[in-house]
Amino acid sequence: MTAILYVLLAIVIAVAIWQVTSIFNLKEAIATEKDNNTQGIIFAIFGIFFYGLMLFSFWKYSVILLPDAASIEGESYDTLYLVTMVLILFVQAITQFLLFFFAFKYRGIKGRKALFYADSHKLEMIWTIVPAIVLSGIVLYGLSVWNNVMDTSDAENPLIVEVYAKQFQWEARYAGEDNELGLANVRNIKGINTMGVDMTDKNALDDVPVRELRLPKGRKVIFKFRSQDVLHSAFMPHFRAQMNCVPGMITQFAFTPSMTTEEMRLNDETIAKVEGINKIRAEKGEDPYEFDYLLLCNKICGASHYNMQMKIIVQEEAEFNAWLKDQKTMAQVVVQ
Amino acid sequence: MSDHHHKETFITKYVFSQDHKMISKQYLVTGIFMGIIGVFMSMLFRLQIAWPEHSFSIIEAFLGHHQDGGVMSPDIYLALVTIHGTIMVFFVLTAGLSGTFSNLLIPLQIGARDMASGFLNMVSYWLFFLSSVIMVLSLFIEAGPASAGWTIYPPLSALPQAIPGSGLGMTMWLVSMAIFIASSLIGALNYIVTVLNLRTVGMKMTRLPLTIWAFFITAIIGVVSFPVLLSAALLLIFDRSFGTSFYLSDIFIQGEVLHYQGGSPVLFEHLFWFLGHPEVYIVLLPALGITSEIISTNSRKPIFGYRAMIGSIIAIAFLSTIVWGHHMFVSGMNPFLGSVFTFTTLLIAIPSAVKAFNYITTLWKGNLQMNPAMLFSIGLVSTFISGGLTGLVLGDSALDINVHDTYFVVAHFHLVMGVSAIYGMFAGVYHWFPKMYGRMMNKTLGYWHFWLTAVAAYGVFFPMHFIGLAGLPRRYYANTAFPLFDDVADVNIVITMFAILGGAAQIIFLANFFISIYKGKKATQNPWKSNTLEWTTPVEHIHGNWPGEIPAVHRWAYDYSKPGYDEDYVCQTTPLKDGEDPT
Repeated sequence: MTAILYVLLAIVIAVAIWQVTSIFNLKEAIATEKDNNTQGIIFAIFGIFFYGLMLFSFWKYSVILLPDAASIEGESYDTLYLVTMVLILFVQAITQFLLFFFAFKYRGIKGRKALFYADSHKLEMIWTIVPAIVLSGIVLYGLSVWNNVMDTSDAENPLIVEVYAKQFQWEARYAGEDNELGLANVRNIKGINTMGVDMTDKNALDDVPVRELRLPKGRKVIFKFRSQDVLHSAFMPHFRAQMNCVPGMITQFAFTPSMTTEEMRLNDETIAKVEGINKIRAEKGEDPYEFDYLLLCNKICGASHYNMQMKIIVQEEAEFNAWLKDQKTMAQVVVQ
Repeated sequence: MSDHHHKETFITKYVFSQDHKMISKQYLVTGIFMGIIGVFMSMLFRLQIAWPEHSFSIIEAFLGHHQDGGVMSPDIYLALVTIHGTIMVFFVLTAGLSGTFSNLLIPLQIGARDMASGFLNMVSYWLFFLSSVIMVLSLFIEAGPASAGWTIYPPLSALPQAIPGSGLGMTMWLVSMAIFIASSLIGALNYIVTVLNLRTVGMKMTRLPLTIWAFFITAIIGVVSFPVLLSAALLLIFDRSFGTSFYLSDIFIQGEVLHYQGGSPVLFEHLFWFLGHPEVYIVLLPALGITSEIISTNSRKPIFGYRAMIGSIIAIAFLSTIVWGHHMFVSGMNPFLGSVFTFTTLLIAIPSAVKAFNYITTLWKGNLQMNPAMLFSIGLVSTFISGGLTGLVLGDSALDINVHDTYFVVAHFHLVMGVSAIYGMFAGVYHWFPKMYGRMMNKTLGYWHFWLTAVAAYGVFFPMHFIGLAGLPRRYYANTAFPLFDDVADVNIVITMFAILGGAAQIIFLANFFISIYKGKKATQNPWKSNTLEWTTPVEHIHGNWPGEIPAVHRWAYDYSKPGYDEDYVCQTTPLKDGEDPT
């Protein structure tokens, strides 16, 4: 009903506008010298607004960005990111300046004739070759980081963890003492065996299922991702890590945590960010927030996609090993 | 082509018209109507993002049983972003933009009486109309429209158990898109054949305006890539309705194991993005073509580097078909493939840089006529650069990892293809309105429209990069589930305010557009003092475009301010003087 009222209101406004439109026919429709002048000046002002908005955003919003990377691979990510950003902002600043400045400077004047300048082989070569060289550098640098990040070889005795996604929660399974995950398939899902682990596989018995992900600092972790229903994406932004979870296949990603949760809480950038958050929470009367690493879903997966998360705790390796030892294995959890 | 003596009835003139000029207007008005729906949806979900638990009477009024006390449900939120994306990308920026201006300008600017096949052209429009009707009707079904994202990745899009929109809503989406693809293929084939065969005497390919080059290459990309989306959609229909397993395997949902085995969602991603990425250029290239024409005309200067512009259009088109994998860096695809796609993707930056620099150089030492179309064209160059540069982050596989599917991506593609293409569309409407309707649009309203839109567009999408860098994923119904994201809430409010400003600014355009059709100042034959052929036709439309012979062409389209001529423009039909350099 109200929708009809909204539509009626819109129609009434449209009719009202219609009534005052006889001016349309009187107005000159083509830009005059005066228009050129005004609009050229507005372009200059807009240019200032544009740079102002950029600077304001960097000043105001820097604090909300993610803190320093919490993994060794993430550190090389951050350096590559910085280099790329500097390049982008450099090019952005120059080209936008030229654009707005020319729009202002060459605003039309009656009787002036534009310069007939149709082509310049030299200029074209410059702005083909210079970007080509710069991009080659970016590509080579980017690919070296990519190859390093995507290295899931088990040369360094990595910890093997399965991360398992379903609407709308995460589970995980450590490979246990043999550091080899038992086979699994959704067809084995039954009762407490929620990840469909194949209990006839001898590698499966010592696997450790958990609902909270803990990782050891300084040891490479290889993640094996599975999904039981639709696509999900395991996104661990603090570690600069992301991989889709695809039903019917196992995907992988690896990183080496470099800061424990405790250390990250003492990081300057984290402190600044958490302070900002807690100021907002205090205004709303909510409990203060304490920093934790998170695994969140980053591929649209249904109604509660926005609330599909799991806490990650990074600990010193000894502490982690002690914790893992206390957890029940699959053999203990699943009573055959 | 002697049929301009035929007697026309209302039906053949205004409804089932085969005249390209009428069909172009039909495309435009349908596109604008779809645009209103698409933009209105974005207003609704921006309210939800900024004030997640707040009750809005407008949401209560429009979302029926999909809301509770003025707060929308998560399912309808996802449906709104899905249909917003679908409508804006396909119905507004593909059909509305390319359909309108390819139809209007190809025959007029190459000197042809009409499209190669007027009948197929009419069929193309009516298929588009039909697909629009189906898409709009899908909004009204009980379970809500398709809601798996505009990329409709299975299994989410295949299983109604996973999300309610994947039932009838998804079926209607697929049917609508299949018809849409047929429409756009018929249209594209017509454009290609027309450009190749029906150019007037003297209109060599190297004398075509850049608009035509852009439409021509766009049509080729469409013909190459749209059929792949059609096959992807057909296989999805098979999986959904006939129990095949192209995309599905090993699924356990709502307590039961489904029978699917051996398929892979990654296959769908490959097929989808084989269209999906070229689609970006199907949207963008026509806008760039329009901009080239308008910047040159209003700078009273030849477009700088005409041949380089053609070369870069062709290079972009070619590269666009071999970069689709950059949407899939974290899909589980082999990392080596990721390296290859990084390389091809970043190559696109080269022809794009050439285009941007050529536009800027065209302005240099020009005599800029600040008509509304010119403002939008300059605006396009600005957003094209701003949005394009962040492509260096997203196209680089390593950097993509942590911004993939965050708001950083949303900001990037809205600037580079959304805002840029819509600016191109507005520029085209302001510039060719006199050719379409024989009247002029109001200049002052045009200025207000541009400046409010320009401020709003940057106000929305510039801060949005930062939310993405803060790690906030896109397509989140609310960020209230994460204290980590409490500090982006304020930014989201700023963004929504700018979005509402931008949405409201479009009302100015709508008023200007529809009122000018009837009450605008009468147009003269060549209001912008342009060189191209469409301005040699009479203001009143006639079937067949030119009353007498089609004029012959003697020069390229960009002899503005050429030394040796008193006027600052020389129409393409003017013969070269003795010893004149043909440029």
